[in-house]
Amino acid sequence: MTGAVIQALMSHWRRHWLQLATLLIGIALATGLWSAVQAINAEARASYQQASDQLALGLFDELRDPSGPIPIERYVVLRRTGWQVAAVLEGSLRVAGRTVQVMGVDMVAYPALPAVTQIEQSETPPDPADMLTAPGRLLAAPDLAQMLRTQSGLPPVLTSDSIPPDLILTDIGVAETLLEKSGQISRLIVLPDQPVGVPPLSEIAPELERVTASARLDAASLTDSFHLNLTAFGLLSFAVGLFIVHGTVGLAFAQRRAMIRTLRALGVSMRRLIWMIMAELTILALIGGTLGLILGFFLAGALLPDVAATLRGLYGAPVDGQMSLQPQWALAGLAMALAGTLLASGHALYRLARMPLLTGAGLHAWRGAAAGQHRTGLIGLILIAGGFAIGFAIDGLVAGFAMVGGILTGAALTLPFLLSLALSMFQRRARGPVAQWVWADMRAQLPGLSLALMALLLALAANIGVGTMVSSFRLTFVGWLDQRLTSEVYVTAIDNQQGRQIAEWLDPQVDAVLPIRSVELTHEIGPLFLYGVEDHQTYRDHWPLIATSAGEWDRVMAGKAVLINEQLARRAGLWPGDTLTLKADHTLTVAGVYSDYGNPTGQAIVSMPQLDQIAPGADTRRFGIRLAPERATEITQALRQQFDLPRQAVVQQAAMKAQSLAIFDNTFVVTSALNVLTLGVAGFAILTSLLTLWTQRLPQVTPVWALGLTRAQLARLELLRSVLLAAFTAVMALPLGLVLAWALLAVINVQAFGWRLPMFLFPVDWAYLFLLTLLAAFVAAALPALRLMRLPPADLLKVFANER
Amino acid sequence: MALHIVAGIVQGVFMLLNIEKVQKSYPGGRPVLRDVSLTLDHGQTLALTGESGSGKSTLLNLAAALDSFDGGEITLDGTALSTLDDRGRAALRRQSVSLVFQQFNLIPSLTVAQNLSFHARLANREDTEWTAQLAERLGLSDLLARYPENLSGGQQQRVAIGRAMAPRPKLLLADEPTGNLDETASATVLDLMLSLVAEAGTALLLVTHSLDIAARLDRRAHLTGGHIA
Repeated sequence: MTGAVIQALMSHWRRHWLQLATLLIGIALATGLWSAVQAINAEARASYQQASDQLALGLFDELRDPSGPIPIERYVVLRRTGWQVAAVLEGSLRVAGRTVQVMGVDMVAYPALPAVTQIEQSETPPDPADMLTAPGRLLAAPDLAQMLRTQSGLPPVLTSDSIPPDLILTDIGVAETLLEKSGQISRLIVLPDQPVGVPPLSEIAPELERVTASARLDAASLTDSFHLNLTAFGLLSFAVGLFIVHGTVGLAFAQRRAMIRTLRALGVSMRRLIWMIMAELTILALIGGTLGLILGFFLAGALLPDVAATLRGLYGAPVDGQMSLQPQWALAGLAMALAGTLLASGHALYRLARMPLLTGAGLHAWRGAAAGQHRTGLIGLILIAGGFAIGFAIDGLVAGFAMVGGILTGAALTLPFLLSLALSMFQRRARGPVAQWVWADMRAQLPGLSLALMALLLALAANIGVGTMVSSFRLTFVGWLDQRLTSEVYVTAIDNQQGRQIAEWLDPQVDAVLPIRSVELTHEIGPLFLYGVEDHQTYRDHWPLIATSAGEWDRVMAGKAVLINEQLARRAGLWPGDTLTLKADHTLTVAGVYSDYGNPTGQAIVSMPQLDQIAPGADTRRFGIRLAPERATEITQALRQQFDLPRQAVVQQAAMKAQSLAIFDNTFVVTSALNVLTLGVAGFAILTSLLTLWTQRLPQVTPVWALGLTRAQLARLELLRSVLLAAFTAVMALPLGLVLAWALLAVINVQAFGWRLPMFLFPVDWAYLFLLTLLAAFVAAALPALRLMRLPPADLLKVFANER
Repeated sequence: MALHIVAGIVQGVFMLLNIEKVQKSYPGGRPVLRDVSLTLDHGQTLALTGESGSGKSTLLNLAAALDSFDGGEITLDGTALSTLDDRGRAALRRQSVSLVFQQFNLIPSLTVAQNLSFHARLANREDTEWTAQLAERLGLSDLLARYPENLSGGQQQRVAIGRAMAPRPKLLLADEPTGNLDETASATVLDLMLSLVAEAGTALLLVTHSLDIAARLDRRAHLTGGHIA
């Protein structure tokens, strides 16, 4: 019996191969986009984990000197008194135009560093003496190692798969030479198993601060919000893909009702039928899911380099740009495909299971969904209200996403009701019989097309919302860059001594030389970078303050107040008038808050004398130079020649802005790509809906053809219908998209990144998107319309004959 | 010679539909109609009978300019259908012919009132008074706001007849109009249709299996094996 039932069920797909293809493509698209995002997230997180594991990041407490590097003498004292600490020197190095991080570790004090241990346990271990004695050895990932070997003047390079990308690991002695930071230590790792009875830190090194492992922000937690954003987009794409699955399965089940009724009449139990249909859906989900995984793998491979560049540029997170296929990723993708397919088919399956044996075999029950438009619309309104309520009542990123989810889902559910309302209004106003029929027919078509239109609404709203967010951000960012990057030239000296020489040399030639000095402090919200500035009109005129108090700059320069960035303000809840403790004996009033886009950490500005008090050892290597813009190139070249500075050590304002904008644009490559893909999926959903509804359309249009309209006229009307429905949906997507943009700018961004952006409107972009939507709807309807136009009259007449 | 010309003119004045040696085959090449010839005068009623598959509906579709024929000629109200393109045939259907099908083929998205006036409005011949009269006589006055799916089969067929008669067509083509109705509804529908065509001076070509129905019309033609017997 089972064989006969399978044969009967399969015969449907043989007759409706296009429907089968649509279903598989729907599952594949949903799984593909979701899996691509998951693959990207998993790769990035694996990279963070690898870096943490191999470099023991976040495992142990550290000692830091808030005033700057730790002198070598202090390290010697700690070791002699019994403290088990390992010195680490870090810095960046430019090699062949590429910036790489150098991490020098005292390998004598800390021989069990996992990355080093792994190399020592390899088949061809290096001689430990080679690592420690001149010229030493550099450990790097294969890609970087290959590049380093082509450079002259570097120690021999050993390849290790376990080193994060763009990082050189070496002994601290070698790092001192490479970074030209002789006798300096960035931090001390407090090794486990400290001996009992060592003197307390407050006695032997009171200036050092002990930072616990849990207090530091690692790459994974820093980038959490970035990954959450990606996941949200992945979920949206997944949902849009599932709309196709839902629509196709619904239609397939409706078309099978007659067959199901016959099978039941012939003695097949409904229970057996449901199990067999579920088995069929499972097989289809696995086939579609596999196709989706293949799509997702290549998509992730294409997008990962941009994501890696973004994460490295924005957060300094060590991410490799290479994709690797993980079995758990594939299994999770297939599980998602299966769960999604069953979820999208659940309603249709439920209705089929409850279908009485003697029910009619027509499509009315399925099309009758129109009857529930009011109820669905009401549920939609409740979801919208609930979303807003959550967003306003609860803080946090998850609440922000719950709000966005509620609004989007609610709006999608109210769409059919609103469209029906609009179409009925136009129908009442229509005068000619054809126009009246077109509006009425569009209403009749709504239940069959509503899922595709909901998908289109979501895709368009996401496009408008994210587009507005990105464009607003870009506009703000460009303005902010103009404010922040006011110096015409920026120079970085090799060391403090050269820094002084450069400042002295420049002083008589330019309008101002503004030192850029900073030191890293710790704060309860994470790392806090403290900058010192000289009293110059440049800052007073240009610094992008978003919250101020009276005479803020005067009070900062008088050493009585501090300016903080928006991230610190929002995370620590500090606003003008509050106080900020920078060090045990240094508490200042917050005089203002400034915007600081692209920076994941807290930042504060004090006067230069204040900085010298808090961190006397802070480097004086970087300077902003104010001069007439037309002299920028001349001074740049002169500086390079005079001090033998590499090209990247002297950068003009324009180049710096271009570089910042490039990083910015890179950041949104993935979201833009997902945006376009989601819109494409929605367009495909319309096409598939129109194609699957094709057989239902003929009985609707054939009587009108018989009454005197030509096939060409009917085809044109089919195109017009599709374009009009898309246009209505696009009009409704605009306010939804703007609400989404507001939510992203005012809620999600604040929670995720710590900054709030002003919202700008871009009507030209909307007009472009509107035209694109009409074009997509036209293209989607073109194939069915062409089929109608070319359909021989004899085939149209079959509609009458078939109904006998 | 002169008599022949006069006869031709007289015939031209009275003849509405002239089907002359029409041939039609299915796409596989199997002939359905072989040299079928038939005429129908203005205001005349003709029953076309025959077994299933004899080509009755095919001939009706050709007369309605819904399909094209392989040979011969059909002239409707002086227009040779073979000379018309798709647009011309559509115009002919709008202006000169009305159709009633076995399955009613109402437009499901329009109300009864909108369905009733639809064809007349397409033909730019809407006469609201006449349409209201039709609705009254067909017993549809109380159903005007309903949609077809909420009507019984008999009611739907009455709407279909009303729609067909609203433009006062020269020719009404009906394909088994009572085939889906019970005996009582069938009699009612036929009575209404015959009285309306008589009143409007519309010619009727009606395809039926029923000899009783055929007996109520002016003439009868029997189609068998693709020929008029």
